[in-house]
Amino acid sequence: MFIPHSRAEKETMLKAIGVNSLEDLFQDVPEPFRFPKLDLPPALTEMEAIAELQDISKANKTTHDMACFLGAGAYNHYIPAAVDSLLRRGEFYTAYTPYQPEISQGTLQAIFEYQSLIANLTGMEACNASHYDGATATAEAGILAYHYFRRKRSRIIVSPSVHPHYRQTLVTYLCGYQNLSILEAQSAENPIGEPRSLLSLLDADTALVIVQYPDFFGRIYDYTALIKAAHEFGALVAVVCNPLALGLLKAPGEYGADIVVGEGQSLGIPLSFGGPYLGLFATRKDLIRKVAGRLVGETVDAQGRRGYVLTLTAREQHIRREKATSNICTNQGLMALASAIYLSLVGKQGLRQVAELCYHKAHYASQKIAGIPGYKVYSEQSFFHEFVISCPTSIEEITSHLLDHGILGGYDLGNDYPALKNHMLIAVTEMNTCEEIDLLCDVLQEVSYD
Amino acid sequence: MNVPSNLKYADTDEWILVEGKVATIGISDYAQSQLSDIVYVEFKVEVGENIKKNSACVTLESVKAAADVNSPLSGKVVGVNEDLPQSMEMINSDPYKAWMVKIELTSPTELDNLMNAASYQTYCTERSH
Repeated sequence: MFIPHSRAEKETMLKAIGVNSLEDLFQDVPEPFRFPKLDLPPALTEMEAIAELQDISKANKTTHDMACFLGAGAYNHYIPAAVDSLLRRGEFYTAYTPYQPEISQGTLQAIFEYQSLIANLTGMEACNASHYDGATATAEAGILAYHYFRRKRSRIIVSPSVHPHYRQTLVTYLCGYQNLSILEAQSAENPIGEPRSLLSLLDADTALVIVQYPDFFGRIYDYTALIKAAHEFGALVAVVCNPLALGLLKAPGEYGADIVVGEGQSLGIPLSFGGPYLGLFATRKDLIRKVAGRLVGETVDAQGRRGYVLTLTAREQHIRREKATSNICTNQGLMALASAIYLSLVGKQGLRQVAELCYHKAHYASQKIAGIPGYKVYSEQSFFHEFVISCPTSIEEITSHLLDHGILGGYDLGNDYPALKNHMLIAVTEMNTCEEIDLLCDVLQEVSYD
Repeated sequence: MNVPSNLKYADTDEWILVEGKVATIGISDYAQSQLSDIVYVEFKVEVGENIKKNSACVTLESVKAAADVNSPLSGKVVGVNEDLPQSMEMINSDPYKAWMVKIELTSPTELDNLMNAASYQTYCTERSH
């Protein structure tokens, strides 16, 4: 065991700060919480402990055991075996922030490849590596806009069809910023946010508009007009994207987005009960000094050989010291690497094929569900691999019924949108077989008749 | 180290040239040598803006660190050296020509808190040990 200080050293330090014992330093913690009595069972041998833990873990149901139609921001996709075996190589697994290029070329090159792939996919000029998840990347878009306008613009407009958790994270991240208000453009007439409803909210005080693509309800909107209008007011626009959908859809950079953020989990990262995931953040070149985290660049060494370095870390602590406004966990790099390996393995054509499979299977499911009495599918707007259905009874009842048949049902939209009580968000990916979709429809029909 | 005697200095290493009610601000030779090669200059204030003493008006980034340039004086910004971002090597080669902002003073008594060249020279020598 590593013991950093000897008893004598500890006593010298305590004396220097004027306390008698180590316990004196914890006086602020209320007595009952300081050394609470822990009600623990007797110790087990390793063999017994493993057996007990295995029993407990059997109570978990994962997407390997069930047909999964749950999405809402985290999706069940196939992960090629090579992703994990490359990721777990010691050289990557013990990654540390590659400050020293002379010993970190492999890690730096991997980050550079990741940045290039995401910049290409989103149609942007630069990409960092990386954020915790889609929610924190979205919040960082708000911070960028705030600093970009040097506090002179005080409004961020967020579409109600941006993921509810992302909106909450944005509010939390920005609650300490002065002279800044977040306008969640939700209204009774328009609970799920058509993009045109945002147009009337734009003004010269708007710093940023945030929309999602495909949106939280799976819908695909053309944001060209909205972005043009926002730019006429001088505002920035951030598009929250699902990178996998970009295998099929037009890149946000091509229709004028200033910032593209998103959840990278769909690119080779397992669901893992909610994390670690990957926050994508790409932007235009002229905004890169306001970006959090780090950017790796390609260069040549003194002998003209290709090499990689941490080119820009304009907000990080080793360059900004106590004024740092960014602190991104070192090993988020591992998640970025996973998505870079995934994208390299499937390639441009493969990513398009995965996206097409998701799209077509979701449309097959939506058409079948539309034919079941008591259900209505919202399909006026084109959608990617997720869609909203209204149901004849409570979502709780339906999902419990589905679970009995080994199906993980969709997301209960009533949680976040009171107007959408008895509405379910259904996600379909390449992992769902035709038989699974047919079974889903059979069980939904059963519930309808009950 | 070059410390011109016609200028005043702040303890955050800015030089100040006072002409009537207008103060011109840049960073000292000591500051530029500590920062090393400047690679980026960004203004945080605009002409016409009122600023308070010790507020950041410029961010400098070197190959080693990033640092804010503070105005040691309160007043209205009446000039910003727009040419500087295109010729930032001047901050290293000729720091006393590389002015950054000009401020019309609202509290001239704040000038009393600044150092003269001799005190600043001592202040820098003390820190280099």
